[in-house]
Amino acid sequence: MAGQQQALHTQSLAELAKGLSKGEFSSRELIETLLSRIEEHDRSLNAFISVTADQALAVADASDKARSKGEAGTLAGLPIVYKDIFCTKGVLTTCGSRILENFVSPYDATVVERLSSAGAVMLGKTNMDEFAMGSSSETSYFGPVRNPWDTVRSPGGSSGGSAAAVAARLTPAGTGTDTGGSIRQPAALTNTVGLKPTYGRVSRYGMVAFASSLDQAGVITRTAEDAAMLLSVMAGFDERDSTSVDHPVPDYVSGLTVSLKELKIGVVRQHFDAGLNEQCAARVKDALNVLEQQGASLIEVDLPNLDLSVPTYYVVAPAECSSNLSRFDGVRFGYRADGAKDLLDLYRRSRGDGFGAEVKRRIMTGTYVLSAGYYDAYYLKAQKVRQLISQDFKNAFEKVDVIAGPTTPTPTFPLGEKTDDPITMYLNDIYTIGANLAGLPGISVPCGFVDDLPVGLQLVGPHFAEETILACAHQYQQLTDWHQRCPEAYQ
Amino acid sequence: MNSAWEVVIGLELHTQLATSSKIFSGASTAYGAEPNTQACLVDLGYPGVLPVLNAEVVRMACKFGLAINAKVASRCVFARKNYFYPDLPKGYQISQYELPIVYDGELMIKDDRGEDKRIGITRAHLEEDAGKSIHEGLNQSSGIDLNRAGTPLLEIVSEPDMRSAKEAVAFMRKIHSIVRYLEISDGNMQEGSFRCDANVSVRPHGQEKLGTRSELKNLNSFRFVEKAINFEIKRQINILEDGGEVAQETRLYDSDRDETRSMRSKEEANDYRYFPDPDLLPVVLDDAFIAEVKKTLPELPDAKQARFVEQYALKPSDAAILTVSRAVADYFEATVAEFKDNPKTAANWITGELSAALHRDGMEITDSKIAPADLAALLSRIQDGTISGKIAKEVFEAMWTGGGGANEIIETRGLRQITDSSAIEKIVDAVIAANPDQVKQYRAGKVKVLGFFVGQVMKETGGKANPGQVNEVLKRRLRKG
Repeated sequence: MAGQQQALHTQSLAELAKGLSKGEFSSRELIETLLSRIEEHDRSLNAFISVTADQALAVADASDKARSKGEAGTLAGLPIVYKDIFCTKGVLTTCGSRILENFVSPYDATVVERLSSAGAVMLGKTNMDEFAMGSSSETSYFGPVRNPWDTVRSPGGSSGGSAAAVAARLTPAGTGTDTGGSIRQPAALTNTVGLKPTYGRVSRYGMVAFASSLDQAGVITRTAEDAAMLLSVMAGFDERDSTSVDHPVPDYVSGLTVSLKELKIGVVRQHFDAGLNEQCAARVKDALNVLEQQGASLIEVDLPNLDLSVPTYYVVAPAECSSNLSRFDGVRFGYRADGAKDLLDLYRRSRGDGFGAEVKRRIMTGTYVLSAGYYDAYYLKAQKVRQLISQDFKNAFEKVDVIAGPTTPTPTFPLGEKTDDPITMYLNDIYTIGANLAGLPGISVPCGFVDDLPVGLQLVGPHFAEETILACAHQYQQLTDWHQRCPEAYQ
Repeated sequence: MNSAWEVVIGLELHTQLATSSKIFSGASTAYGAEPNTQACLVDLGYPGVLPVLNAEVVRMACKFGLAINAKVASRCVFARKNYFYPDLPKGYQISQYELPIVYDGELMIKDDRGEDKRIGITRAHLEEDAGKSIHEGLNQSSGIDLNRAGTPLLEIVSEPDMRSAKEAVAFMRKIHSIVRYLEISDGNMQEGSFRCDANVSVRPHGQEKLGTRSELKNLNSFRFVEKAINFEIKRQINILEDGGEVAQETRLYDSDRDETRSMRSKEEANDYRYFPDPDLLPVVLDDAFIAEVKKTLPELPDAKQARFVEQYALKPSDAAILTVSRAVADYFEATVAEFKDNPKTAANWITGELSAALHRDGMEITDSKIAPADLAALLSRIQDGTISGKIAKEVFEAMWTGGGGANEIIETRGLRQITDSSAIEKIVDAVIAANPDQVKQYRAGKVKVLGFFVGQVMKETGGKANPGQVNEVLKRRLRKG
């Protein structure tokens, strides 16, 4: 390691990009450094399902070669990890499930395709709750992910593998997916930045579907600036995804320094109700004060139907997943039970052995709420409430530019503590689910610690206001150094 | 049929739309390829893939809606129909449920007494076809061919307005004719491009409440539709007359045994758990789009039939036959464009000789070995008296098998009709002289014998004498005595 140079693994993507372009180090050096850190530390974290070392080094070499000829994409030679829900050509794509334990995708997801063609180097695929169903990364068939801040605790989920890897400086960035908070919640619980863009901002093509109307791809990084860099590449219309939106993609990086002077920040009355840990509330209020000191004004707003968001979500998401997961039937790919005596037996045993308990619980819930005679009472009603929740946000955004508050009600919890109590587990997503139901962009940014465990500040904007929430998060990070804190064992 | 019972039939027609690629993917829809060579990752239901709607199917469905005087929805929604089956890769079929693209249409058919009858069309919706299971030649295991998976279908659902198997067939034929006129389907029934499910029930005459229905599946020819429905009607009436109850169930028609068999009962039916497909946006069609599609509508069978009756003075029944397919109607009009004198003759030849020749050789009219202009030339020679109708058939055969024009064949084979009256009189006199017995009979009042004399004269002239003239001369000569 060169004298005064900051250790490569501690640098942000933006810093690494500069170093690469100045020739301070090569992509191979960078990738080798991170691969050896993964080798050394992942035993304690279980953040990775696959590490694609050979491929990464080959791509790094190619990138170094291209750079020497003056050809380099915006992310050339920079490392990234993918949540194992993104299809990666020729590489295992398991979704954290036994039913896909042997599934090698024949194609790249659009997100992977775009990041790869900008030059990003995949280090591996990260662990996650099975099919992204969970808030603790414990439902994975490949074992739970551990939080680098305290390895007996959960890193949150479902994108816990990417969050833990970024927090432990095994990679500066990883992708995630957020259906009910699965990027923002683990980011908050691991002292990282988690960005969930507007629904339709990033293509879902090649992302194994959990709940199609809620799923959105995003990133976990240590800085909002890095999130902006990645989003600029990932975002944009994709003709292979009808729900992706043909809306211009701004340069999110240059938008980071927009003045916050006139910014109106909504503080949601319901966010500070009984469920929120007092010390977390204090950290969030401190963060709001920092923003206020920059000239932003804090305005109280109401989200009157906030308490309905969890029950609404737990009708809509299971309904969609019960249908989305029907394709895993043991017929064409993935796990197939041996010696089935007939077709029904093949289905029952392949799915029975292939899916874990939480996935089965949601498939059953979803099947129930869509059944004849129950559809109106559950699914249809949930869709109506979803409209109400969207309307609440719309009303709030008539008064304010962003909504700020806690990402989670508490800091992280010990592994195993909530696995037998799904309702308590589900309530962990109370502050994040609303943005999914309404399709809004949200970001979680580190805002302090409670008993040495990280706490996140969530910023939610109107549709396609990624620039605003990124600028807000970025400028907050310029004034604070929470995100620079690194868990001791991983420095 | 037993007159105490009224039969009630509604049809669901699955029409494969003639797009070159699938409804939600770019894979080809061509028929008959090696198994699974026309199924891309979307058709195979791979993890992470998404459907993208083929705009052409929307245009085609809209066209159909306008043709049956239906409403075209300004907003329609794709829904998932969930069930497990190996030929259904995603575990759900993308279809339309609550908001179909076309609804409230109608069609006129002829009922059993030949009267006009209106049949309501409840709806027509877009959906994807499933693949096929293959059980033969695989040594105890089953194979799946997903080439057909994702092929676009328009499912046309009628009101229960038909009262006999014949009416059901008439309705099905009419729809078949319309989709081919619109060029939205090839209507090929052997290849499964046009399939029918029939809902059949019976009730006592005068009773308002519908009887319990059975659904007959996958009837893939007009003949089978008629036979299956008639079998089913008898079966249901027998049950009811024996004091039993008809079970609501799905039944399969076995054409080899000419019977229907129970496939699954109502209790075994799936709960399909329909819900709007979150991967696809609602389809919004504005008036401008619908107006633009309307401009592309061709003249439809009913309008064409009426015009043929009016413009060419054809019998409605002939006009109906000529307008069943657009190709036949076009052939007719191309023929009469060259042969203006007698459209009726043209109609007779097309529905008679030409149709028989095509049928014999298993050909479509568009591949006819005799072009409309050549047929017109032949018909002109009949019209101007150069040849008789009978000789014309011989010329037609020669044209069909060997090619060449009518005039050329008539000249090289010396088939010109004898119209010289002195020549005909000479032959007539000779025939009369040679058959004194028959002359006696005729003069005794047995006028039928005239046919014998005509035959003899035609035989002498090799069929070339003008039949009208022969008749006239014979009558005159036989009267003398």
